[in-house]
Amino acid sequence: MDALLLQILNGLDKGSAYALIALGLTLIFGTLGVVNFAHGALFMIGAFCAVTLSRLLNLSHEVAVPGEVDFLGNPMMRDVPYIYDIFGETMGASIIDWSVPLSILFAIPIMVGIGFAMERGLIKHFYKRPHADQILVTFGLAIVLQEIIKYFYGANPIPTPAPAAFTGSFDFGAMLGFDPNTIIYPYWRLVYFAFSAVIIGAVFAFLQFTTFGMVVRAGMADRETVGLLGINIDKRFTIMFGIAAAVAGLAGVMYAPINSPNYHMGMDFLVLSFVVVVVGGMGSLSGAVLAGFLLGILESFASMAIVLETLPGINQIIIYLVAIIILLTRPRGLMGRKGVMEE
Amino acid sequence: MFGLTKKDTTLLLIVACLTMFAPFILNPFPEGSAMAQFNAGYPDLMQRLVIFGIFAIGFNILFGLTGYLSFGHAAFLGVGSYAAIWMMKLLTMNVIPAIMVSVLIAGLFSLLVGWISLRRSGIYFSILTLAFAQMSYSLAYSVLTPITGGETGLQPKVNDPRILDSALEPGQNPRANLFGLEMNQSYELAMGGWVFTFNAGYYIAALVMLLAFYLSIRIFRSPFGMMLRAVKSNQQRLNYTGLNAKPYTLAAFVISGMYAGLAGGLLVAMDTQVGAERMFWTASGEVVLMTILGGAGTLIGPVLGAGFIKYMENIVSKINKTVLEQWFAFMPDGIEDFIITIVYPFVGKGWHLTLGLLFMMVVIFLPGGLVQGGQKVAGLFRRKKPADDKPDGKTTPAE
Repeated sequence: MDALLLQILNGLDKGSAYALIALGLTLIFGTLGVVNFAHGALFMIGAFCAVTLSRLLNLSHEVAVPGEVDFLGNPMMRDVPYIYDIFGETMGASIIDWSVPLSILFAIPIMVGIGFAMERGLIKHFYKRPHADQILVTFGLAIVLQEIIKYFYGANPIPTPAPAAFTGSFDFGAMLGFDPNTIIYPYWRLVYFAFSAVIIGAVFAFLQFTTFGMVVRAGMADRETVGLLGINIDKRFTIMFGIAAAVAGLAGVMYAPINSPNYHMGMDFLVLSFVVVVVGGMGSLSGAVLAGFLLGILESFASMAIVLETLPGINQIIIYLVAIIILLTRPRGLMGRKGVMEE
Repeated sequence: MFGLTKKDTTLLLIVACLTMFAPFILNPFPEGSAMAQFNAGYPDLMQRLVIFGIFAIGFNILFGLTGYLSFGHAAFLGVGSYAAIWMMKLLTMNVIPAIMVSVLIAGLFSLLVGWISLRRSGIYFSILTLAFAQMSYSLAYSVLTPITGGETGLQPKVNDPRILDSALEPGQNPRANLFGLEMNQSYELAMGGWVFTFNAGYYIAALVMLLAFYLSIRIFRSPFGMMLRAVKSNQQRLNYTGLNAKPYTLAAFVISGMYAGLAGGLLVAMDTQVGAERMFWTASGEVVLMTILGGAGTLIGPVLGAGFIKYMENIVSKINKTVLEQWFAFMPDGIEDFIITIVYPFVGKGWHLTLGLLFMMVVIFLPGGLVQGGQKVAGLFRRKKPADDKPDGKTTPAE
């Protein structure tokens, strides 16, 4: 029982990342009908927003340490981040410490901006063209974005720590009455899960309970009719693209402490998130979320020692295997509507 | 000639001349001159140019004709490579059995993958092939380590059985050969400031490519090719006429998989080692880039695209800051620095950026690739509409 629980917990953080990326992908697919291969790159840019902010906060200048001199009699110098000058040392240090969560504020406008620019500048011209063209052009864009990041940040992973308050892990098992030390869970992963739950809830609530969301849902069902009613559906869809980009970006920001950001993390997640979208059902938001968590948890079950002994390597291919089976037996996916992209 | 129309024969002959005289054509600058680094006439690069040409020709038979966008073709390349290296380890270092087996095994594997993947079309087909390729990559990388060598990959060892070969003399390493003609044998011709290298392996690969090119022309011009085009333009309509399109698309898939296997086998014949990263999905993306960049659905496009990308990969990626400084040394300091800062991200290690941008430009503005671009330019000079005199859809844009 505790082993099962542990695997479920282990699957949650990866599942959260899959779910968030797939949510954005399927938002774009459901509204605009565009297959966005650059979505993984958006996730990566989000992670690098966190890197950028922590670098900005750490910008420092040299200050002489009063009362200390080296053997030549020159005053000892010390690097002091500018932020200490503004907020004082204690406050400044904690701001630096909290740079990853703070990047959320910084990432939202950037990601929405990138989303708008992408949709207006590029994707807009590809609505009428075949899916293959959309895949190709966004694949090209993904390469470009990835290379730009590589140029500015280098090819090595950049460790971006979580706030000190969330480092370490806690004994989850003891809380639930299992033996101590059986279920140890890092705090940040729990934070990531809670965060993704909030984001997913917010997106759903936005679509469900606001007039804007209602119009967008109507547009997803029948774009032309909504347009004929005199509603500027293009503008709303552009905003949805911005929101989808922001969702992917936020998933990236918060993922940075779990896995140090590197320039090809987007490509790594992209394939998997496409698989998630397909399993959940193209264009179905709840399907994407469900499939994201399901596949994340399935993956962590497949990497259990007992499973690996009987089926070696299953943890590497389980997701693809599931995707292939789903595609062949139920092409609309777990929760896809009948007739949407069903071929 | 060769059962081709006059136009196609000319094209084939031009390609033949280009490949046969490649050591001259790719070596336009004298040794030791400042431009010598643009020379691509060395065996390693020339071999890659033609081998990836084969890969792209094969991919084009699937994508260019039927419009099915496979994102998993590198898997067949990898399977072919592994098959070839096992032939070399077990049987003989002669490349003929290795290449034949690699084509065969890749064909069988693509039959399996194609039979399953072709149940879906459009984006689902792309994702299915992608899933299969990633699965093969993961398996080759981890579980199948006894067969594939895992992370380290495979290469011939001195103590491999090689049943057909005679025993090696002490100190001798197994080398790929064709009935005793070693692949890395080359003849260097020094003429004035130039050094031209004629490499046995290159010429073998080039002959194979010419054969592959000829076959692809025949496929393009055959009734079978017509059928594939029909699949691309409207599969539903084809179904209504009572035709089952699946055998045709499956055949195209298997043929392109065999081309990929052939390329994989040749890669091993030229450079006797394999690693799993050859099968990673971005490698499949590369062949897509090649085909689109050159012009999908055209005969010569994929070869051009493959040559272009491999040339860029090897030459442009070598331009570093020092080279740039040499080039722009004649300018005033400030302007020099400025230009270098602008150019630098696009060359050297950043050449992928150039590639990505170029690729986007091609998809956006020039769906017919470089070939269409060339035709447009030619059309400007001829003062005729370029589409007028092109028979049977040679300018058909990629879909």
